[in-house]
Amino acid sequence: MGVAANEGHPRERDPGRWIGIGSASDIPRRGARCVVTPRGRIAVFRTIENRYFAIEDRCPHKAGPLSQGIVHGRAVTCPLHNWVISLESGEAEGADEGSVGTFALKVEDGQLFISVEALAGRVA
Amino acid sequence: MLRQRAIPPERIALDWNREAIHERVNPLGQTKESVFSQPEHALAALAGEGGIALVGHQSHWLHAWHEVCCVVPAGTSPVPNGELSGMAEKLVIIGNGMAPGRMLEHLLEETPGRYEVTIFNAEPRVNYDRIMLSPVLSGETDYEQIIIHGDGWYIKHGITLYKGHKIVAIDRVAKTVRSDRGITEPYDKLVIATGSVPVKLAVPGNNLPGVLTYRDLDDVNAMLLAAQSRAKAVAIGGGLLGLEAASGLNARGMEVTVLHLMPTLMERQLDAAAGYLLERAIEQRGIKVRTKANTRAILGADRVEGVALADGSVVPATLVVMAAGIKPNAELAKDAGLAVNRGILVDARLQTSDPYILALGECAEVGGHVYGLVAPLYEMAKVAAANLAGRETAGFVHSDTPTKLKVSGIDLFSIGDFADGEDREEIVLRDASAGIYKRVILKDNRIIGTVLFGETSDGAWFTGLKRKAANVAEMRESLIFGQAYQGGAAPGPMAAVAALPDDAEICGCNGVSKGKITGAIRAKGLSSLEDVRAHTKASASCGSCTGLVEQLMTLVLGGQYNPAAVQPVCGCTALGHDEVRRLIKAKGLKTISAVMQELEWKTSCGCAKCRPALNYYLVCDWPDEYADDYQSRFVNERVHANIQKDGTYSVVPRMWGGVTSAKELRAIADVVEKFEIPTVKVTGGQRIDMLGVRKEDLPAVWAELGKAGFVSGYAYARGLRTVKTCVGTDWCRFGTQDSTGLGIRIEKFMWGSWTPAKVKMAVSGCPRNCAEATCKDVGVICVDSGYEIHFAGAAGLDIKGTEVLGVVKTEDAALEHIVALVEMYREQGRYLERIYKWARRVGLDEIRRQIMGDTEKRKAYFDRFVFSQRFAQADPWAERVAGKDEHEFQPMAEIGLPVAAA
Repeated sequence: MGVAANEGHPRERDPGRWIGIGSASDIPRRGARCVVTPRGRIAVFRTIENRYFAIEDRCPHKAGPLSQGIVHGRAVTCPLHNWVISLESGEAEGADEGSVGTFALKVEDGQLFISVEALAGRVA
Repeated sequence: MLRQRAIPPERIALDWNREAIHERVNPLGQTKESVFSQPEHALAALAGEGGIALVGHQSHWLHAWHEVCCVVPAGTSPVPNGELSGMAEKLVIIGNGMAPGRMLEHLLEETPGRYEVTIFNAEPRVNYDRIMLSPVLSGETDYEQIIIHGDGWYIKHGITLYKGHKIVAIDRVAKTVRSDRGITEPYDKLVIATGSVPVKLAVPGNNLPGVLTYRDLDDVNAMLLAAQSRAKAVAIGGGLLGLEAASGLNARGMEVTVLHLMPTLMERQLDAAAGYLLERAIEQRGIKVRTKANTRAILGADRVEGVALADGSVVPATLVVMAAGIKPNAELAKDAGLAVNRGILVDARLQTSDPYILALGECAEVGGHVYGLVAPLYEMAKVAAANLAGRETAGFVHSDTPTKLKVSGIDLFSIGDFADGEDREEIVLRDASAGIYKRVILKDNRIIGTVLFGETSDGAWFTGLKRKAANVAEMRESLIFGQAYQGGAAPGPMAAVAALPDDAEICGCNGVSKGKITGAIRAKGLSSLEDVRAHTKASASCGSCTGLVEQLMTLVLGGQYNPAAVQPVCGCTALGHDEVRRLIKAKGLKTISAVMQELEWKTSCGCAKCRPALNYYLVCDWPDEYADDYQSRFVNERVHANIQKDGTYSVVPRMWGGVTSAKELRAIADVVEKFEIPTVKVTGGQRIDMLGVRKEDLPAVWAELGKAGFVSGYAYARGLRTVKTCVGTDWCRFGTQDSTGLGIRIEKFMWGSWTPAKVKMAVSGCPRNCAEATCKDVGVICVDSGYEIHFAGAAGLDIKGTEVLGVVKTEDAALEHIVALVEMYREQGRYLERIYKWARRVGLDEIRRQIMGDTEKRKAYFDRFVFSQRFAQADPWAERVAGKDEHEFQPMAEIGLPVAAA
């Protein structure tokens, strides 16, 4: 699941209703912001190539806040113990094993939207 | 007698659960279960059963067993003697040093499975590289790095190793050996490899506490413990061991004197001229040398206080290392009735006077020689393995071994006979300004001895000419200049190595020739030094030929091998930290993307390892032009607080010099109550830490603290952290200077500066050192006459006392020197490299020369630091209270329950 939003690239399937979470420019390049939900935090990333990804803000290792990590390529390094998590798949890279949930995002007119369906189903 | 046979592994089990050993053995079809509380009981009972031994395949048993460790491969079980056909012969080895270790490697390669091997090691550990003990002593490496065979190796090869078991008797009639812990082990073949024992001078006081010898890791650990006192040490003996011990202790901060009985150092390996040069080089390191020093007694009431010499003088010392030679350890063999002279007498096949017993290593005497250097011992290992495998060999042949001193920075080489004589000629080259001395001794136009000091790269070439007894008449004119000058070729950096014949010996320890190394590089496609070490053993023992091996790799691999780039910054580049720093300056690169573009980074925007490093280098090199890239900083430096395991943060305000007031404490108390901060703790750096602050609350917490005058304490930074102080002349009856005032002055001058790794400082008002300045990155000890500046201490993963940079008279001078030192480190350090590691790399003398000795350099460093501070000293908390990086502290959106649940 988890489809990266990229302006001009239509997503493969429509996950249903969308909810706006703010302007894409609110997130620094190679950075992240949080979205607070009743079921936990979601980290929303912006890469150097201006692609956007949303994943659970919770490292599969020791629950570190991934939104606070250093963003490089399409991955983030957890600030607690340096696990590297792929923003595309949510999987840990390298020798570590584990994964986090990913969420569908879309960008329209510079605004970011997250899939409500995905939220209801995936946030733990 | 125990024998082994294979049975299915599931029928054998042995558990060690820390309290007891549960043994379930079913070798003959009957189930039997026993519980033992001690490993010894288990062994005794098992022996009494007529042949059940412990069976295991998990390495943690080895650790649990520690003292008695007995490992037999899973799937095999010992059963009573005579039940089986095709049994393995039983090989028992006494001693677990480098010679028997190497012998086993050859034996396992040649006839795996022929012997069931049991080793008794009097030292409670595995086989390690004894010749690397000096680098362990000096701190250049550590024990883990010099292990040759780890526990896993013994398990893999089904070898039983008794650690800490000393064999006390050999019964040659019953063919058994007995250990001091009551284990009796039968053998078919016995190998004695008991090594040597250090000679302890027969003088009064030689058993006082504080008198050590230099033989094994326990001795090194005892010396390291003694070195922590940083007091005075004496090494008795100016040979290889004595000088290496002295150099190691000197590197550990002790004041060392070498006492040598003879007129010149290392007189058995060096002629008088080279001995003099060596003495001068040793003394330049701050080690005192006294030759013709005849030790009469060791003085002291309860422990060592000094050494009394025959001339009536006394050398004070709290540690005395006796390194006056070694003698073969042949007592056990002698007691067993074997033929013994100086060492255990063996023939060229290393057979003792008993046909079932071999001896090798330093304890053996062959052809009238005993040996202490590793190369001939490894040669013995080859011969002994062939003998045990039942193969005929040429036998052991004596040959001279070159001597090298393992003291970094001193190049010394000697081989053969260099005494003067009627029938001998010599060729000598001296270069006083470069400290070079070379002497070749000829007899009938053939080299019989060589001494090289200061420049030793031709050692292998001279050794080769000597071994082949080559006639050197034709090259006599240019012989002394070395190989590169033969045949008129212009000498390049690689010329000497390129011109070596294939049979030239590169690695003296392991007897590896040039041809073997280049052949292996080509045939096996080796590309790293580690690979070459693994496949050829070249450079794998003392490491002194590493440079030559690297040159050979460059020769074969050309541009593919770049020894300088062996440690890249990270996977994104092949360049090392030093190259990157140099290129940033040289090419004038002023952004991270420019660095990545120009230096051909392999990734689009680096990784979490290289980005913070590059960001630091750019901040340091272009303080006025580079815009700090916060997205390349670790979260703590990005948000100016320390992230905790639960994602909350800790807040540490600066308390200048550790001094606070009622107003400050009240402000902290108010903030803690207002924001319900769960934990308040006093730090090791004399400040107060508030832990468990939510990220969203950080700006508000800082705003409140700011009202009381607090600024960020940078407790999260690779930068200046704290300056600890004691109360100095303000209050203390022992204080010699205003240590609190100086600490605050340094902190106010230097706060906000970024450094390669964190910098912690302290100022103590007197040598009682209450501020613990001698384990800091930079420390000051105030004395009556001024300020003693210390640096390069550590009290974290490593523990290390500081080095003295120098003593200055005034507070102004102290500040200038400290600032210049830190700026030098800022400009040269590799990212995350603490001061003590940088200092080890660059050299203490070089740092002292630039900061203490070169006024111009010091002022330039100072000025560059002051310039950089103009852009660094802005309180990051106040900036964020004013709105900077607001996005960091607020979620971009909150989604309510009804929407999310929809």
